[in-house]
Amino acid sequence: MWKWIQAFASPKIFYQTSAKIIPWLMYPFIGLTLLGLYWALIVSPADYQQGDSVRIMYVHVPAAWMSLMIYVVMAIAGAIGLIWQIKLANVVATVSAPIGAVFTFLALVTGAVWGKPMWGTWWVWDARLTSELILLFLYLAYISLNNAFDNPKTAAKASAVLAIVGLVNIPIIYYSVEWWNSLHQGSSVGVNKVSMQIDMFISLMLISFAFKFLYGALVLMRARDETLIREQNSTWVKNLIMENNK
Amino acid sequence: MTKRQNRMALVALLVAGAILAITLLIQALGSNTNYFYSPTEVAEGKAPVGKSFRLGGLVSKGSVVRKDMKVTFKVTDKANEFTIEYTGILPDLFREGQGIITTGSLVNGTFMATEVLAKHDENYMPPEVADALKKAEQ
Repeated sequence: MWKWIQAFASPKIFYQTSAKIIPWLMYPFIGLTLLGLYWALIVSPADYQQGDSVRIMYVHVPAAWMSLMIYVVMAIAGAIGLIWQIKLANVVATVSAPIGAVFTFLALVTGAVWGKPMWGTWWVWDARLTSELILLFLYLAYISLNNAFDNPKTAAKASAVLAIVGLVNIPIIYYSVEWWNSLHQGSSVGVNKVSMQIDMFISLMLISFAFKFLYGALVLMRARDETLIREQNSTWVKNLIMENNK
Repeated sequence: MTKRQNRMALVALLVAGAILAITLLIQALGSNTNYFYSPTEVAEGKAPVGKSFRLGGLVSKGSVVRKDMKVTFKVTDKANEFTIEYTGILPDLFREGQGIITTGSLVNGTFMATEVLAKHDENYMPPEVADALKKAEQ
């Protein structure tokens, strides 16, 4: 197992293998998105209070989940890079940050669009909304810090420390609606409770899995590019370019 | 300790430090991080006096009185109740029995509101199910 991980984590093997994996993430993403859109817009019913505005949730909640998940992936990859000094882990952390930032932004924007007609306001400074905004700032700080160094090794070290410290914000976002009085409602989907109608839940799950496959595909695509840039002086990359120029 | 174990300890220390710092911060902030006060908390004198604050609770059934743009209604948490006066547009979700959060201050026992926001709960269902639930309750 350990040998297999080490082999896959070597930049050259990763570059060759990942190309074969990407389609197997892209096809499920496209399939789940189409099915999810059909379920969310046609099959699932309008809500008894919100009407059709409830359909915003099918983008908002999966995007918010992704914003948390990607941050955890980024921090763990950063820690692995820091402790075991695996190059691929640093690459995964670096390329995940902008994807996570986009999902966080999407969650904030869709939330505001839903909040205006339902709550009567675009934005309030309650615990959930504020902590999610801090998450966006953490992503942006991580990206800036990573770009502030010319040496990728130093950049990886500094930004991994930031990512690990910022990890403390994740449980705060998740439990903010339980720990404090907030305008934002509590979770509808928990370990042993689902407080929504079944078609609504199916729509939510379809889009949620679609987003996960999309993230996987995007990380591999971006990690391949980043690997080539970082390994540009190695023989295998030079050979690759020579072959392509033949 | 090997170099790797050293780095592991460093990461563990970093996580522990961050958790400790945030826990202390949350403890220090106390109830200031709550977005609103419940009617019971206000009745117990926990809300600031003479200053603007947020009050959250359910709109009492049968308490909403509209006169032009002015609305008066009662907000309850089933233990204590306050009368709210508000002039302006109410959000779509505002209705009797709905959870709301309102900003304003207490003047002679009446809450003069400058803003009324509707709170939504975590239950999502089609209208037929909501009707069936209502019938079962009666």
